[in-house]
Amino acid sequence: MSILVDIVFWVLGGLAIASAVMVFVVDSMARATYALAVSFVAVGFMVLLLSQNYAGVITVLMMLMEMAIMAVYMVMFMGMNPALMPMSMVHSNKAAIAVAAATFVVLGGGALLVPWPTRRGTPPAHLTAALGRALMGDHMLVMIVFSPVMVATIVGGVVLASHRGRYDRMGDDLDRRPPRDPAPGGVGER
Amino acid sequence: MADVVAVSAWWTPLAAALLGVFVWGAAAFDGALTAGSRGMGPGGSLTRPLDGVARLLRQRRIVTLSADRLLWRVGGAGLLVAALLMVAVTPLGRWTLSDLDVGVVWFNAMDVAVWAFVWLAGWGANSVHPLVGGYRFLALALGYELPLMFALTAPPIAAHSLNVGAIAGAQGHVWNIVWMPVAFVVYCIGVLGFSLWGGFGAPLASDIAGGVRAELSGVDRLLLDAGRLALLVAGAAFAVPMFLGGGVGPLLPAWAWTLAKTAVLVAALVWAGRRMPVLRPDLLLEVGWLVLLPAALLQDLVVALVAVWVR
Repeated sequence: MSILVDIVFWVLGGLAIASAVMVFVVDSMARATYALAVSFVAVGFMVLLLSQNYAGVITVLMMLMEMAIMAVYMVMFMGMNPALMPMSMVHSNKAAIAVAAATFVVLGGGALLVPWPTRRGTPPAHLTAALGRALMGDHMLVMIVFSPVMVATIVGGVVLASHRGRYDRMGDDLDRRPPRDPAPGGVGER
Repeated sequence: MADVVAVSAWWTPLAAALLGVFVWGAAAFDGALTAGSRGMGPGGSLTRPLDGVARLLRQRRIVTLSADRLLWRVGGAGLLVAALLMVAVTPLGRWTLSDLDVGVVWFNAMDVAVWAFVWLAGWGANSVHPLVGGYRFLALALGYELPLMFALTAPPIAAHSLNVGAIAGAQGHVWNIVWMPVAFVVYCIGVLGFSLWGGFGAPLASDIAGGVRAELSGVDRLLLDAGRLALLVAGAAFAVPMFLGGGVGPLLPAWAWTLAKTAVLVAALVWAGRRMPVLRPDLLLEVGWLVLLPAALLQDLVVALVAVWVR
Protein backbone atom coordinates (compact mmCIF):
# COMPACT_ATOMS: atom_id res chain seq x y z
CA MET A 1 0.00 0.00 0.00
CA SER A 2 2.71 2.46 0.93
CA ILE A 3 4.60 1.57 -2.27
CA LEU A 4 1.45 2.34 -4.23
CA VAL A 5 1.15 5.71 -2.47
CA ASP A 6 4.80 6.41 -3.28
CA ILE A 7 4.23 5.60 -6.94
CA VAL A 8 1.15 7.82 -7.12
CA PHE A 9 3.06 10.61 -5.35
CA TRP A 10 5.94 10.54 -7.83
CA VAL A 11 3.65 10.24 -10.84
CA LEU A 12 1.64 13.26 -9.66
CA GLY A 13 4.84 15.18 -8.90
CA GLY A 14 6.21 14.42 -12.37
CA LEU A 15 2.91 15.42 -13.94
CA ALA A 16 2.85 18.69 -11.99
CA ILE A 17 6.37 19.64 -13.12
CA ALA A 18 5.95 18.43 -16.71
CA SER A 19 2.70 20.29 -17.26
CA ALA A 20 4.17 23.39 -15.60
CA VAL A 21 7.00 23.27 -18.16
CA MET A 22 4.44 22.82 -20.93
CA VAL A 23 2.93 26.20 -19.98
CA PHE A 24 5.97 27.85 -21.61
CA VAL A 25 6.43 25.33 -24.43
CA VAL A 26 2.97 25.23 -26.02
CA ASP A 27 1.95 27.85 -28.56
CA SER A 28 -1.68 28.42 -27.59
CA MET A 29 -3.17 30.49 -24.79
CA ALA A 30 -5.81 27.86 -24.05
CA ARG A 31 -3.25 25.06 -23.86
CA ALA A 32 -0.96 27.12 -21.63
CA THR A 33 -3.79 27.95 -19.24
CA TYR A 34 -5.03 24.41 -18.98
CA ALA A 35 -1.50 23.00 -18.70
CA LEU A 36 -1.21 25.20 -15.63
CA ALA A 37 -4.58 23.88 -14.44
CA VAL A 38 -3.34 20.28 -14.79
CA SER A 39 -0.23 21.19 -12.80
CA PHE A 40 -2.30 22.70 -9.98
CA VAL A 41 -4.77 19.81 -9.94
CA ALA A 42 -1.86 17.35 -9.66
CA VAL A 43 -0.60 19.35 -6.66
CA GLY A 44 -4.12 19.24 -5.19
CA PHE A 45 -4.15 15.45 -5.42
CA MET A 46 -0.71 15.36 -3.80
CA VAL A 47 -2.19 17.29 -0.88
CA LEU A 48 -4.88 14.58 -0.72
CA LEU A 49 -2.07 12.04 -0.30
CA LEU A 50 -0.94 14.00 2.76
CA SER A 51 -4.37 13.21 4.29
CA GLN A 52 -5.34 16.87 4.09
CA ASN A 53 -8.54 16.00 2.24
CA TYR A 54 -10.29 19.34 2.59
CA ALA A 55 -7.27 21.38 1.54
CA GLY A 56 -6.60 19.01 -1.37
CA VAL A 57 -10.13 18.99 -2.81
CA ILE A 58 -10.53 22.74 -2.28
CA THR A 59 -7.26 23.27 -4.18
CA VAL A 60 -8.64 21.27 -7.12
CA LEU A 61 -11.92 23.22 -6.98
CA MET A 62 -10.35 26.67 -6.76
CA MET A 63 -7.73 26.04 -9.41
CA LEU A 64 -10.20 24.66 -11.96
CA MET A 65 -12.50 27.64 -11.44
CA GLU A 66 -9.62 30.10 -11.51
CA MET A 67 -8.09 28.69 -14.68
CA ALA A 68 -11.48 28.57 -16.46
CA ILE A 69 -11.86 32.30 -15.78
CA MET A 70 -8.19 33.05 -16.38
CA ALA A 71 -8.35 31.50 -19.85
CA VAL A 72 -10.96 34.10 -20.75
CA TYR A 73 -8.81 36.96 -19.49
CA MET A 74 -5.64 35.59 -21.08
CA VAL A 75 -7.35 35.45 -24.46
CA MET A 76 -9.04 38.82 -23.94
CA PHE A 77 -5.96 40.83 -22.98
CA MET A 78 -3.60 39.31 -25.53
CA GLY A 79 -3.38 42.25 -27.89
CA MET A 80 -4.86 42.81 -31.34
CA ASN A 81 -4.74 39.18 -32.28
CA PRO A 82 -6.93 37.87 -29.51
CA ALA A 83 -4.81 34.80 -28.88
CA LEU A 84 -6.72 32.76 -31.40
CA MET A 85 -3.57 32.14 -33.45
CA PRO A 86 -0.46 30.21 -32.38
CA MET A 87 1.90 32.43 -30.42
CA SER A 88 4.94 32.19 -28.18
CA MET A 89 4.27 31.96 -24.47
CA VAL A 90 7.53 33.61 -23.39
CA HIS A 91 8.96 37.11 -23.49
CA SER A 92 11.94 38.85 -21.82
CA ASN A 93 13.52 35.39 -21.73
CA LYS A 94 16.92 36.23 -20.29
CA ALA A 95 15.67 38.38 -17.40
CA ALA A 96 12.95 35.84 -16.64
CA ILE A 97 15.42 32.96 -16.54
CA ALA A 98 17.74 34.92 -14.25
CA VAL A 99 14.91 35.81 -11.86
CA ALA A 100 13.57 32.23 -11.88
CA ALA A 101 17.01 30.74 -11.22
CA ALA A 102 17.70 33.21 -8.39
CA THR A 103 14.31 32.52 -6.80
CA PHE A 104 14.86 28.79 -7.05
CA VAL A 105 18.29 29.02 -5.44
CA VAL A 106 17.00 31.20 -2.58
CA LEU A 107 13.93 29.08 -1.85
CA GLY A 108 15.62 25.72 -2.42
CA GLY A 109 18.71 26.78 -0.45
CA GLY A 110 16.49 28.03 2.34
CA ALA A 111 14.60 24.75 2.48
CA LEU A 112 17.86 22.78 2.66
CA LEU A 113 19.84 25.03 5.00
CA VAL A 114 17.25 26.05 7.57
CA PRO A 115 17.48 23.89 10.71
CA TRP A 116 14.02 22.32 10.73
CA PRO A 117 12.50 21.80 14.20
CA THR A 118 11.89 18.23 15.29
CA ARG A 119 8.39 17.19 16.27
CA ARG A 120 7.47 17.44 19.93
CA GLY A 121 4.45 15.45 21.09
CA THR A 122 2.06 13.73 18.70
CA PRO A 123 -0.46 15.21 16.27
CA PRO A 124 -4.07 15.26 17.53
CA ALA A 125 -6.62 12.94 15.97
CA HIS A 126 -8.56 15.63 14.10
CA LEU A 127 -5.81 17.79 12.75
CA THR A 128 -8.00 20.22 10.81
CA ALA A 129 -10.36 20.80 13.74
CA ALA A 130 -7.40 21.29 16.10
CA LEU A 131 -5.82 23.76 13.69
CA GLY A 132 -9.12 25.64 13.47
CA ARG A 133 -9.35 25.87 17.27
CA ALA A 134 -5.74 26.96 17.56
CA LEU A 135 -6.30 29.69 14.98
CA MET A 136 -9.74 30.80 16.06
CA GLY A 137 -9.85 30.01 19.77
CA ASP A 138 -7.59 32.60 21.39
CA HIS A 139 -7.74 34.93 18.43
CA MET A 140 -11.48 35.04 18.03
CA LEU A 141 -11.59 38.72 18.95
CA VAL A 142 -9.01 39.55 16.27
CA MET A 143 -10.99 37.50 13.74
CA ILE A 144 -14.25 39.22 14.68
CA VAL A 145 -12.66 42.65 14.29
CA PHE A 146 -10.91 41.77 11.07
CA SER A 147 -13.87 40.17 9.29
CA PRO A 148 -15.94 43.36 8.98
CA VAL A 149 -12.83 45.32 8.03
CA MET A 150 -12.06 42.87 5.26
CA VAL A 151 -15.64 42.83 4.02
CA ALA A 152 -15.70 46.64 4.11
CA THR A 153 -12.45 46.69 2.11
CA ILE A 154 -13.91 44.39 -0.53
CA VAL A 155 -17.16 46.35 -0.78
CA GLY A 156 -15.27 49.65 -0.83
CA GLY A 157 -12.96 48.38 -3.55
CA VAL A 158 -15.90 47.31 -5.67
CA VAL A 159 -17.68 50.64 -5.12
CA LEU A 160 -14.56 52.62 -6.08
CA ALA A 161 -13.89 50.47 -9.13
CA SER A 162 -17.50 50.29 -10.24
CA HIS A 163 -18.12 52.05 -13.49
CA ARG A 164 -21.86 52.35 -12.97
CA GLY A 165 -23.66 52.33 -9.65
CA ARG A 166 -27.36 52.42 -8.82
CA TYR A 167 -27.48 56.25 -9.05
CA ASP A 168 -26.20 56.00 -12.61
CA ARG A 169 -28.85 53.39 -13.33
CA MET A 170 -31.88 54.88 -11.62
CA GLY A 171 -31.11 58.60 -11.28
CA ASP A 172 -30.34 60.75 -8.22
CA ASP A 173 -33.61 59.85 -6.50
CA LEU A 174 -33.44 56.18 -7.49
CA ASP A 175 -36.81 56.56 -9.20
CA ARG A 176 -36.01 56.07 -12.86
CA ARG A 177 -37.94 53.06 -14.19
CA PRO A 178 -36.80 51.19 -16.15
CA PRO A 179 -33.17 51.77 -15.07
CA ARG A 180 -30.79 53.01 -17.74
CA ASP A 181 -28.81 49.85 -18.56
CA PRO A 182 -26.58 49.11 -21.54
CA ALA A 183 -28.46 45.82 -21.87
CA PRO A 184 -32.10 45.70 -20.81
CA GLY A 185 -33.56 43.02 -18.58
CA GLY A 186 -32.80 41.58 -15.18
CA VAL A 187 -33.88 42.50 -11.69
CA GLY A 188 -35.50 45.93 -11.24
CA GLU A 189 -36.92 46.01 -14.76
CA ARG A 190 -40.59 46.82 -15.02
CA MET B 1 -21.86 6.34 13.10
CA ALA B 2 -21.48 3.67 10.41
CA ASP B 3 -24.12 5.03 8.07
CA VAL B 4 -22.48 3.81 4.89
CA VAL B 5 -19.74 1.34 4.08
CA ALA B 6 -17.23 1.85 1.29
CA VAL B 7 -17.33 -1.06 -1.16
CA SER B 8 -14.43 -2.32 -3.27
CA ALA B 9 -13.40 -0.31 -6.31
CA TRP B 10 -14.40 -3.31 -8.44
CA TRP B 11 -18.02 -2.13 -8.14
CA THR B 12 -17.20 0.99 -10.18
CA PRO B 13 -18.27 -0.57 -13.53
CA LEU B 14 -21.62 -1.43 -11.97
CA ALA B 15 -22.06 2.17 -10.78
CA ALA B 16 -21.18 3.37 -14.28
CA ALA B 17 -23.69 0.93 -15.78
CA LEU B 18 -26.37 2.15 -13.37
CA LEU B 19 -25.59 5.72 -14.40
CA GLY B 20 -25.94 4.61 -18.02
CA VAL B 21 -29.34 3.04 -17.37
CA PHE B 22 -30.56 6.27 -15.77
CA VAL B 23 -29.20 8.34 -18.67
CA TRP B 24 -31.07 6.07 -21.07
CA GLY B 25 -34.23 6.39 -18.99
CA ALA B 26 -33.92 10.18 -18.85
CA ALA B 27 -33.41 10.34 -22.62
CA ALA B 28 -36.41 8.06 -23.18
CA PHE B 29 -38.58 10.19 -20.88
CA ASP B 30 -37.45 13.36 -22.63
CA GLY B 31 -38.26 11.74 -25.98
CA ALA B 32 -41.70 10.67 -24.77
CA LEU B 33 -42.43 14.25 -23.64
CA THR B 34 -41.31 15.54 -27.04
CA ALA B 35 -43.56 13.01 -28.76
CA GLY B 36 -46.44 13.98 -26.48
CA SER B 37 -45.98 17.69 -27.21
CA ARG B 38 -46.25 16.91 -30.91
CA GLY B 39 -49.47 14.97 -30.44
CA MET B 40 -47.86 11.55 -30.90
CA GLY B 41 -48.10 8.61 -28.54
CA PRO B 42 -45.18 7.55 -26.34
CA GLY B 43 -44.74 4.36 -28.38
CA GLY B 44 -41.11 3.43 -29.06
CA SER B 45 -39.77 5.89 -26.49
CA LEU B 46 -37.62 3.26 -24.82
CA THR B 47 -35.82 2.25 -27.98
CA ARG B 48 -35.48 5.71 -29.51
CA PRO B 49 -32.38 6.68 -27.46
CA LEU B 50 -30.72 3.47 -28.66
CA ASP B 51 -31.57 4.39 -32.26
CA GLY B 52 -29.94 7.75 -31.65
CA VAL B 53 -26.82 6.13 -30.18
CA ALA B 54 -26.56 3.74 -33.15
CA ARG B 55 -26.98 6.62 -35.59
CA LEU B 56 -24.29 8.75 -33.92
CA LEU B 57 -21.88 5.82 -33.64
CA ARG B 58 -22.10 5.23 -37.39
CA GLN B 59 -21.85 8.92 -38.29
CA ARG B 60 -18.58 10.18 -39.64
CA ARG B 61 -16.62 12.59 -37.45
CA ILE B 62 -16.44 16.14 -38.69
CA VAL B 63 -13.05 17.73 -38.09
CA THR B 64 -12.67 21.47 -38.51
CA LEU B 65 -9.64 23.25 -39.91
CA SER B 66 -6.75 23.48 -37.41
CA ALA B 67 -8.94 22.40 -34.54
CA ASP B 68 -7.20 21.94 -31.19
CA ARG B 69 -8.14 18.27 -31.11
CA LEU B 70 -6.65 17.47 -27.72
CA LEU B 71 -8.60 20.18 -25.88
CA TRP B 72 -11.71 19.53 -27.97
CA ARG B 73 -11.83 15.83 -27.15
CA VAL B 74 -10.97 16.39 -23.50
CA GLY B 75 -13.80 18.89 -23.20
CA GLY B 76 -16.35 16.71 -24.97
CA ALA B 77 -15.58 13.56 -23.01
CA GLY B 78 -15.01 15.34 -19.71
CA LEU B 79 -18.66 15.81 -18.79
CA LEU B 80 -19.21 12.07 -18.56
CA VAL B 81 -16.08 11.67 -16.42
CA ALA B 82 -17.16 14.46 -14.08
CA ALA B 83 -20.60 12.83 -13.69
CA LEU B 84 -19.03 9.48 -12.82
CA LEU B 85 -16.72 11.13 -10.29
CA MET B 86 -19.78 12.77 -8.69
CA VAL B 87 -21.48 9.37 -8.44
CA ALA B 88 -18.34 7.97 -6.78
CA VAL B 89 -19.11 9.86 -3.54
CA THR B 90 -22.90 9.38 -3.72
CA PRO B 91 -24.09 6.53 -1.50
CA LEU B 92 -26.53 3.96 -2.87
CA GLY B 93 -28.44 3.03 0.25
CA ARG B 94 -25.74 1.72 2.60
CA TRP B 95 -22.97 1.36 0.05
CA THR B 96 -20.68 3.95 -1.42
CA LEU B 97 -17.69 3.73 -3.75
CA SER B 98 -15.72 6.29 -1.74
CA ASP B 99 -16.54 7.33 1.80
CA LEU B 100 -14.58 10.57 1.41
CA ASP B 101 -14.82 12.76 4.52
CA VAL B 102 -15.23 15.86 2.34
CA GLY B 103 -17.60 14.33 -0.21
CA VAL B 104 -19.69 17.50 -0.58
CA VAL B 105 -16.61 19.54 -1.51
CA TRP B 106 -15.59 16.82 -3.96
CA PHE B 107 -18.99 17.04 -5.66
CA ASN B 108 -18.60 20.81 -5.84
CA ALA B 109 -15.11 20.48 -7.37
CA MET B 110 -16.48 18.15 -10.04
CA ASP B 111 -19.28 20.52 -10.98
CA VAL B 112 -16.68 23.29 -11.32
CA ALA B 113 -14.69 21.00 -13.63
CA VAL B 114 -17.68 21.26 -15.97
CA TRP B 115 -16.77 24.95 -16.46
CA ALA B 116 -13.44 23.91 -17.93
CA PHE B 117 -14.84 21.05 -20.01
CA VAL B 118 -17.63 23.02 -21.70
CA TRP B 119 -15.33 25.93 -22.48
CA LEU B 120 -12.71 23.56 -23.91
CA ALA B 121 -15.36 21.81 -26.02
CA GLY B 122 -16.31 25.23 -27.37
CA TRP B 123 -12.75 26.43 -27.87
CA GLY B 124 -11.27 23.31 -29.42
CA ALA B 125 -13.38 23.32 -32.57
CA ASN B 126 -11.67 26.54 -33.82
CA SER B 127 -15.06 27.71 -35.01
CA VAL B 128 -17.06 30.82 -34.14
CA HIS B 129 -20.34 29.39 -32.89
CA PRO B 130 -18.91 26.79 -30.51
CA LEU B 131 -16.57 29.48 -29.17
CA VAL B 132 -19.50 31.80 -28.45
CA GLY B 133 -21.29 28.87 -26.79
CA GLY B 134 -18.31 28.16 -24.54
CA TYR B 135 -18.18 31.79 -23.41
CA ARG B 136 -21.93 31.80 -22.85
CA PHE B 137 -21.59 28.81 -20.54
CA LEU B 138 -18.97 30.55 -18.41
CA ALA B 139 -21.27 33.56 -18.11
CA LEU B 140 -24.13 31.28 -17.04
CA ALA B 141 -21.83 29.45 -14.63
CA LEU B 142 -20.92 32.72 -12.89
CA GLY B 143 -24.64 33.20 -12.32
CA TYR B 144 -25.59 29.80 -10.91
CA GLU B 145 -22.39 28.57 -9.25
CA LEU B 146 -22.23 30.77 -6.14
CA PRO B 147 -25.88 30.21 -5.17
CA LEU B 148 -25.27 26.49 -5.78
CA MET B 149 -22.24 26.52 -3.49
CA PHE B 150 -24.20 28.12 -0.65
CA ALA B 151 -27.12 25.75 -1.22
CA LEU B 152 -24.67 22.84 -0.89
CA THR B 153 -23.52 24.35 2.41
CA ALA B 154 -26.86 24.02 4.21
CA PRO B 155 -27.04 20.20 4.74
CA PRO B 156 -23.42 19.96 6.00
CA ILE B 157 -24.12 22.73 8.55
CA ALA B 158 -27.08 20.76 9.88
CA ALA B 159 -25.21 17.44 9.93
CA HIS B 160 -21.93 18.93 11.27
CA SER B 161 -20.13 16.98 8.55
CA LEU B 162 -19.05 17.20 4.92
CA ASN B 163 -19.34 13.41 4.59
CA VAL B 164 -22.29 12.51 2.35
CA GLY B 165 -23.15 9.35 4.28
CA ALA B 166 -23.19 11.25 7.58
CA ILE B 167 -25.46 13.90 6.05
CA ALA B 168 -27.88 11.21 4.88
CA GLY B 169 -27.77 9.52 8.29
CA ALA B 170 -28.32 12.75 10.23
CA GLN B 171 -31.75 13.34 8.71
CA GLY B 172 -33.83 10.71 10.51
CA HIS B 173 -37.52 11.24 9.91
CA VAL B 174 -37.42 14.91 8.95
CA TRP B 175 -35.85 15.17 5.53
CA ASN B 176 -33.66 18.20 4.88
CA ILE B 177 -35.96 19.34 2.09
CA VAL B 178 -38.66 20.04 4.70
CA TRP B 179 -36.73 22.78 6.46
CA MET B 180 -34.29 23.72 3.65
CA PRO B 181 -36.69 24.18 0.74
CA VAL B 182 -34.87 27.26 -0.57
CA ALA B 183 -31.52 25.45 -0.61
CA PHE B 184 -33.16 22.53 -2.42
CA VAL B 185 -34.66 24.74 -5.12
CA VAL B 186 -31.39 26.65 -5.61
CA TYR B 187 -29.54 23.32 -5.75
CA CYS B 188 -31.90 22.02 -8.45
CA ILE B 189 -31.38 25.22 -10.47
CA GLY B 190 -27.64 24.61 -10.17
CA VAL B 191 -28.05 21.01 -11.37
CA LEU B 192 -29.97 22.22 -14.43
CA GLY B 193 -27.17 24.77 -14.89
CA PHE B 194 -24.21 22.38 -14.91
CA SER B 195 -26.15 19.93 -17.12
CA LEU B 196 -26.84 22.73 -19.65
CA TRP B 197 -30.42 21.50 -19.49
CA GLY B 198 -33.63 23.36 -20.26
CA GLY B 199 -33.35 27.08 -19.58
CA PHE B 200 -29.57 26.75 -19.29
CA GLY B 201 -29.27 25.64 -22.92
CA ALA B 202 -28.10 29.04 -24.19
CA PRO B 203 -24.58 27.63 -24.91
CA LEU B 204 -26.25 25.08 -27.22
CA ALA B 205 -28.98 27.36 -28.55
CA SER B 206 -30.17 27.51 -32.13
CA ASP B 207 -29.45 31.26 -32.41
CA ILE B 208 -25.76 30.36 -32.52
CA ALA B 209 -26.30 27.32 -34.76
CA GLY B 210 -26.10 24.84 -31.89
CA GLY B 211 -23.23 26.58 -30.06
CA VAL B 212 -20.82 24.17 -28.39
CA ARG B 213 -22.47 21.31 -30.29
CA ALA B 214 -22.33 23.00 -33.69
CA GLU B 215 -19.21 21.20 -34.96
CA LEU B 216 -19.62 18.02 -32.92
CA SER B 217 -20.70 14.90 -34.73
CA GLY B 218 -20.67 11.16 -34.32
CA VAL B 219 -19.21 9.79 -31.14
CA ASP B 220 -18.10 13.22 -29.93
CA ARG B 221 -21.65 14.52 -30.00
CA LEU B 222 -22.84 11.33 -28.31
CA LEU B 223 -20.32 11.83 -25.49
CA LEU B 224 -21.35 15.44 -24.93
CA ASP B 225 -25.09 14.73 -24.92
CA ALA B 226 -24.72 11.64 -22.75
CA GLY B 227 -22.45 13.65 -20.47
CA ARG B 228 -25.08 16.36 -20.02
CA LEU B 229 -27.75 13.83 -19.07
CA ALA B 230 -25.26 11.98 -16.85
CA LEU B 231 -24.58 15.23 -14.99
CA LEU B 232 -28.33 15.73 -14.56
CA VAL B 233 -28.67 12.19 -13.18
CA ALA B 234 -25.62 12.57 -10.92
CA GLY B 235 -26.98 15.85 -9.60
CA ALA B 236 -30.35 14.25 -8.86
CA ALA B 237 -28.69 11.23 -7.24
CA PHE B 238 -26.60 13.51 -5.02
CA ALA B 239 -29.73 15.38 -3.91
CA VAL B 240 -31.09 12.15 -2.39
CA PRO B 241 -28.58 11.93 0.51
CA MET B 242 -28.36 15.72 0.76
CA PHE B 243 -32.03 16.69 0.86
CA LEU B 244 -34.31 13.66 0.44
CA GLY B 245 -33.40 11.55 3.46
CA GLY B 246 -31.03 9.13 1.69
CA GLY B 247 -32.32 5.55 1.71
CA VAL B 248 -35.02 6.15 4.34
CA GLY B 249 -38.44 4.73 3.46
CA PRO B 250 -40.91 2.02 4.44
CA LEU B 251 -40.86 -1.64 3.29
CA LEU B 252 -38.28 -1.41 0.51
CA PRO B 253 -34.53 -1.68 1.20
CA ALA B 254 -32.42 1.49 1.32
CA TRP B 255 -30.86 1.03 -2.12
CA ALA B 256 -34.29 0.70 -3.75
CA TRP B 257 -35.50 3.91 -2.10
CA THR B 258 -32.37 5.74 -3.23
CA LEU B 259 -32.94 4.65 -6.82
CA ALA B 260 -36.66 5.45 -6.68
CA LYS B 261 -36.06 8.96 -5.30
CA THR B 262 -33.35 9.56 -7.89
CA ALA B 263 -35.68 8.46 -10.69
CA VAL B 264 -38.46 10.78 -9.51
CA LEU B 265 -36.11 13.75 -9.23
CA VAL B 266 -34.52 13.07 -12.64
CA ALA B 267 -37.99 12.95 -14.20
CA ALA B 268 -38.97 16.18 -12.42
CA LEU B 269 -35.80 17.94 -13.58
CA VAL B 270 -36.20 16.75 -17.17
CA TRP B 271 -39.81 17.93 -17.17
CA ALA B 272 -39.08 21.26 -15.43
CA GLY B 273 -36.20 21.98 -17.80
CA ARG B 274 -38.52 21.61 -20.77
CA ARG B 275 -41.00 24.09 -19.26
CA MET B 276 -38.34 26.83 -18.87
CA PRO B 277 -37.57 29.50 -21.43
CA VAL B 278 -33.91 29.70 -22.41
CA LEU B 279 -32.24 32.16 -20.01
CA ARG B 280 -30.00 34.89 -21.30
CA PRO B 281 -26.67 34.64 -19.43
CA ASP B 282 -26.51 38.32 -18.42
CA LEU B 283 -30.06 38.14 -17.12
CA LEU B 284 -29.35 35.01 -15.10
CA LEU B 285 -26.28 36.70 -13.61
CA GLU B 286 -28.44 39.45 -12.12
CA VAL B 287 -31.13 37.05 -10.87
CA GLY B 288 -28.49 34.68 -9.49
CA TRP B 289 -26.63 37.33 -7.51
CA LEU B 290 -29.52 39.53 -6.45
CA VAL B 291 -32.17 36.89 -5.71
CA LEU B 292 -30.79 33.35 -5.47
CA LEU B 293 -27.57 34.17 -3.60
CA PRO B 294 -29.21 36.19 -0.77
CA ALA B 295 -31.98 33.57 -0.53
CA ALA B 296 -29.42 30.77 -0.18
CA LEU B 297 -27.46 32.80 2.41
CA LEU B 298 -30.61 33.40 4.46
CA GLN B 299 -31.35 29.68 4.28
CA ASP B 300 -27.84 28.95 5.55
CA LEU B 301 -28.35 31.42 8.40
CA VAL B 302 -31.60 29.75 9.46
CA VAL B 303 -29.99 26.30 9.29
CA ALA B 304 -26.96 27.51 11.26
CA LEU B 305 -29.16 29.05 13.99
CA VAL B 306 -31.18 25.85 14.28
CA ALA B 307 -28.04 23.71 14.28
CA VAL B 308 -26.49 25.77 17.09
CA TRP B 309 -29.55 26.18 19.31
CA VAL B 310 -31.37 22.89 18.91
CA ARG B 311 -28.43 20.61 19.50
